[in-house]
Amino acid sequence: MKFTIKVWRQNGPKDKGRFETYPLDGIDDDMSFLEMIDVLNQNLLTEKKDPVTFDHDCREGICGMCSMYINGTPHGPEKATTTCQLHMRSFKDGDTITIEPWRAKAFPVIKDLMVDRSAFDRIIQAGGYISINTGNAIDANAIPIEKDLSNEAMNAAVCIGCGACVASCKNSSAMLFLSAKVSHLNLLPQGKAEAKRRVNSMMKAHDSEGFGACTNTGACHAVCPKEISLTNIARLNREYIGASLTSEKE
Amino acid sequence: MTRLVSKTPEGPLADKWTNYKSKVNLVAPNNKRRIDVIVVGSGLAGASAAATMGELGYNVKCFCFQDSPRRAHSIAAQGGINAAKNYQNDGDSVYRLFYDTIKGGDYRSRESNVHRLAEASVQIIDQCAAQGVPFAREYGGLLANRSFGGVQVSRTFYARGQTGQQLLIGAYSALSRQIAAGTVEMYNRHEMLDVVVVDGKARGIIARNLVTGEIERHSAHAVVLATGGYGNVFFLSTNAMGSNVTAAWKAHKKGAYFANPCFTQIHPTCIPVSGGFQSKLTLMSESLRNDGRVWVPKRKEDCGKDPLSIKEEDRDYYLERIYPAFGNLVPRDVASRAAKYVCDEGRGVGKTGYAVYLDFSSAIKRLGEDTIRERYGNLFSMYERITDENPYKVPMRIFPAVHYTMGGLWVDYELSTTVPGLYAVGEANFSDHGANRLGASALMQGLADGYFVLPYTIGSYLSGEIRTGEISSDHPAFDKAEQEVKDRLQKLLSIQGDRTVDDFHMALGKIMWDKCGMARNAEGLKQAISEIQALREEFWSNVFIPGDASGTNVELEKAGRVADFLELGELMCRDALDRNESCGGHFREEYRTEEGEAARNDADYTYVAAWEYGGKPNEPNLHKEELVFDNVELKTRSYK
Repeated sequence: MKFTIKVWRQNGPKDKGRFETYPLDGIDDDMSFLEMIDVLNQNLLTEKKDPVTFDHDCREGICGMCSMYINGTPHGPEKATTTCQLHMRSFKDGDTITIEPWRAKAFPVIKDLMVDRSAFDRIIQAGGYISINTGNAIDANAIPIEKDLSNEAMNAAVCIGCGACVASCKNSSAMLFLSAKVSHLNLLPQGKAEAKRRVNSMMKAHDSEGFGACTNTGACHAVCPKEISLTNIARLNREYIGASLTSEKE
Repeated sequence: MTRLVSKTPEGPLADKWTNYKSKVNLVAPNNKRRIDVIVVGSGLAGASAAATMGELGYNVKCFCFQDSPRRAHSIAAQGGINAAKNYQNDGDSVYRLFYDTIKGGDYRSRESNVHRLAEASVQIIDQCAAQGVPFAREYGGLLANRSFGGVQVSRTFYARGQTGQQLLIGAYSALSRQIAAGTVEMYNRHEMLDVVVVDGKARGIIARNLVTGEIERHSAHAVVLATGGYGNVFFLSTNAMGSNVTAAWKAHKKGAYFANPCFTQIHPTCIPVSGGFQSKLTLMSESLRNDGRVWVPKRKEDCGKDPLSIKEEDRDYYLERIYPAFGNLVPRDVASRAAKYVCDEGRGVGKTGYAVYLDFSSAIKRLGEDTIRERYGNLFSMYERITDENPYKVPMRIFPAVHYTMGGLWVDYELSTTVPGLYAVGEANFSDHGANRLGASALMQGLADGYFVLPYTIGSYLSGEIRTGEISSDHPAFDKAEQEVKDRLQKLLSIQGDRTVDDFHMALGKIMWDKCGMARNAEGLKQAISEIQALREEFWSNVFIPGDASGTNVELEKAGRVADFLELGELMCRDALDRNESCGGHFREEYRTEEGEAARNDADYTYVAAWEYGGKPNEPNLHKEELVFDNVELKTRSYK
C-alpha cells in the first residue's frame, strides 16, 4: 500500500510547529499504524533526518501511552481502538493520512506528536485513591460486593488515561477521565468513606489544570478506546452536587 | 572471590519469615524522615515499594521513563494473580503454592524466598481489594477464581483480562496518595543511566531527563531497582517497546551479580508473527487455555485447509494426548516446546507454518458464547483487531513468544544485590521463579516484593544508616559517574554511521531467537557469542543517531538500551553454554530424555549461576550459589 503522510512536526515546546508531508510506499495491510510510523522513521533515518517523535509503549492497547490525532479523530477511525491497535487495513491504498498531537491547553506539546499529560497524574493525586496503608486490609471476602455493582465499577476502572476524551472535546474537558475514576471508587463500599472529599478535591484539580467544562456533547465517549460510558459523567455530577450541598468543608 | 551469602534465616521453612520479621532491625519514625531511598521503576514492584516506604515515612524518590507511573509494563498482564486463599475449598494452601512454584520453576529457585512469596500472596489480595481493585466476583458477592497452567487448584484472582492494569492502578493510586502527601517525589520521563557507588555502597543514581536532556544527580541512602525484565533483548517479545535492561546492566557493571540470565520464558499463547516490520508480539492470556483446546492437523497435507473443514478425528489435540493429567494447562515451557515440535514436524498452520490452533468451539458449545464473552471478551476483540478473524467462529492461531525473564540481578533473602544498599525487586531480580515461571505469579511476586518484603528487609540495612546524615551528590564518585554517562552519550552521537539502532536491535534479536531461544545447543551458542561480539563492534562504529543530547532524542535513548542488550546477549549465551542440562525455559538439545523431555542434571547444576562483571563484556566470572532443598524432594517434573 502507498500513502501520503501529513504529520505535525514541532521541535520542542516553544517551536511554532508545522505540517510536513512524506510519501510512503511498501506498507502491508497487516501492519499496525505505529509500525507504519516505524517504517516512515526508518526511511527518515536513512536520509539522515530526524524521525517523528511519538509516545507509545505496550502496543497492545492497555498502557494508554499512544496518542495520535488521526484524520481529525483521536486514535483514528476504528471504534474502541487505540492507535497502537489500529491496522493499515482500515485505510485505503493511496490515502492521505493527517496526524496531529492531542491539542489541549492542559497537554502542552513536548515534541512532534508527544504531549505532556502529567495533569492527569495530578488529578489522581488529588483524590483518585482509597486511603489505606499497606498492611491495614481486612480479608478480601469480608465485604461481599454485588456482582453487578462490581462490574459497573470495573467498567469505569478500565480507563487507560490516554486523554483521547480531552483531545476530542471542544472545551478540552477531562470529565470523562475524572468521572471514570470517581465512579470506580465511589461505587465500591471501600471507597464510600471519602467519596465526598474525593469528588470535591478531584474536581478542583481538574479545573485548576486548565481543562474546560463539560457541555455534554458526548464526543469523548465516541472516541474513547475503552468505551467509558457517559453515565459516569452523570454520576460525577450527582456526586459533586451532593457533596457540595452536604460537605461541611471544601 | 566473594562468597554468595543468601542470608536465609534459620528455623523451619514455615517460620523463617515470621521469625525474620520479628527480629529484623527497625528504623524509628523520627529517623525514617532523615533517610532517602531511590526507587527506579514504577510497575507493580516499584510503585508498591515506593508507596509503602512513603507510608512508613522514608523520603522516597521514584523514577520512570514513561510519561506517567501508571503506564509501566505491569499494566499489560492479562490473566491474573495467584494467592493461596483456598476460597474454593479445593485443597489449596501456602505450602501447596510454594510447592507448585518450586516444581514449576524446575527446582532452580530458593526455597525460603518462594515460601515467603506464598505467604505474602494471601495479604496481597486483601490489600488490593481494600484499594478498590475490582476483582471478578460471583453472584454471592465473593471473589471468583480461575485456574492457570501447572497447578491443579483454582487460585488465580482476576479482573477480566486486565488484571495487571487494575493491580497497577491500585499501586499507582497508593503511590499518588504518597506523592500528594509529599513523602514520594515522582520523576516521570527520566531514565537511570548509572548507579553511583561510594565506598562500596550504592549512594545514588545518574538519570537523564528525557524531555530536557539534562543529566541529573540523585543521592540516597539506598537504591531500589524495580526495572523489570530484559525480554526485549530478543527484539520481538511481548514486552513494551521501552522495556530494557539498562538499569540492571549498569548495576551489574558496578558490581551487582547477574543471576541465571539464560532463564527466559517463552509464552505459548501469542499471536504469531505476520510480517518483517513487526515491532512487537501480542500475548493472548494463558487463562484462555482453561477453555481453549490446542490442536494441529494430524496430517501435513491438511495444514493449509480451512480449520473448520478438518474433521474431529483428523485433529491432533497434542497437549491432551501427551499430557493427559494437565492437558491444555501444562506449564508454559512445556506447552511452548510442544508447539515448536509440531511445527518443526511440518504440522504448523497459518501463513508461515509457525502457528497452532487454540479452539474454543467445544467450550462455546458447553457454556454458551455469552459465558465465553464474559470471561475473555476483551482478549477476543483484541485478537480480532490484530488478525481480522473472529475467534468465536474460527479457532485462534497462536505461537510461542518471548515473554518474561526469570533471570535477573542476584539478590539475597533481603532482596539485596551484591552491592550493599542496592536492592532489586520484581522481575528485575532472579529470586522466585527458578527456571520457569508459572502463570499469574509475576504479579504476585512484584506486589509481594514491593508491599510486603522490601519495606521490612531494607530496614535491616537502613537501620545502620541513621547516623550517616544526608548523602552529598558532590562526592567524586558522582562526578565520575556523571562524566562517564555524558561521555558515552557523546560517543554514541559521534559515530554517525549508516545503520539504524532498530536495525542492530533486530539483528541481535534474530541471533538470540535462533540460537538462545526455545532450544539451544553448544555449537549454536558458541556461534551466537562470536556473532554478537561482531555485531557489538559494528554497532560502536556504524550506528546512526541523529540530533544531539539536549532535549528529546528517542534514537539516543534506544541506542543506549541496545548497546546494553548487545552486552547482555553475550552473557545469556555464556550462561546457557555453561548450564549443561535442560531445565524449565532453558532447553539444551543435547540434554533430553528418551521421550524428548527436558533432562535436568541435579547432581551438577543445582545452583544459581551468578555472574560478576569482569571488566569487559566477554570476561564474566561465574559464582555459584548452591541451592539446598530441605523441604521438597527433587523430582523429574511430570505433567503426564
